[in-house]
Amino acid sequence: MVIECKHVWDYISDYLDGTLSAEERETVQRHLEHCELCSAILDSTRNVIILTADDRVFELPAGFSDRLHARLDEELLNSNSS
Amino acid sequence: MTAPQPNPDETKNEATMIASILAGQTQLFHELIRPHERAVYRMALSYMKNEADAEDVAQEAFLKAFRNLSTFRAEAKFSTWLISITLNEARNRLRRNATMPTDSIDATPEEGGTVTPALLRDWREVPSEALERAEVKQMLQRAVASLPEIYRCVFVLRDMEDLSVNETAEALCISVPSVKVRLHRARLMLQKQLVPELKSVSTTKRRWFSWS
Ligand SMILES: [Zn+2]
Repeated sequence: MVIECKHVWDYISDYLDGTLSAEERETVQRHLEHCELCSAILDSTRNVIILTADDRVFELPAGFSDRLHARLDEELLNSNSS
Repeated sequence: MTAPQPNPDETKNEATMIASILAGQTQLFHELIRPHERAVYRMALSYMKNEADAEDVAQEAFLKAFRNLSTFRAEAKFSTWLISITLNEARNRLRRNATMPTDSIDATPEEGGTVTPALLRDWREVPSEALERAEVKQMLQRAVASLPEIYRCVFVLRDMEDLSVNETAEALCISVPSVKVRLHRARLMLQKQLVPELKSVSTTKRRWFSWS
């Protein structure tokens, strides 16, 4: 089965998650072998997801934990005394 | 991109801690939430868009979690429960802020039409070391923050917090097929926005390793 680039794009997410059926996966793979456009889109999408999901992108502000636990302490003390 | 298997020891440990907290050892709450601080903060930040408000929302969410701990159902995952509390807190906060533009809250575009990715012939891998650069980090933060809400929250939960499709559906009260469609769109939207930006950084700097 031969598919167009546009249809390959619909499969990108499932392809990356490994949730395509065996048949769909093979169709996409065969397309990727000869289509540099779709291969580059797939590679860049994977790359973008990995970078965005990196813990360093949204780091906790300095002192976040200390302030949080101090505030929780007030709450915990109140709950114990009540 | 595949969610890690939940660690059964961790889940059991959490259940034991929750039972102890409810029995009066409230100090254990500190320990219970420590592994979840970052996830809650990131969820809040992807909504509030500034660190001070995000921190406030995160603190409120943890306080609410403590006050409502007795309503936590053991068959749910503690992290998923925390995330939905955070989400509600962030949404309420945005609604209360009358001066905030509300377009990203209620009038979100529904799924329809297709997202066309950025077209390119070859892609030179941007290594994770690039994140040491503040400009790259900000580029990624901005891209996530600019996603319409319905896509953003799915992306944050699935790809940043590693929740499964089912857990994401549960946390957001949407169907599993919706999670999949929205995740796909979110990923392509990010690709579309970030590929040209990342490319321009990588061509002007040539080598990622020469920075420091
Ligand atoms: Zn193609």
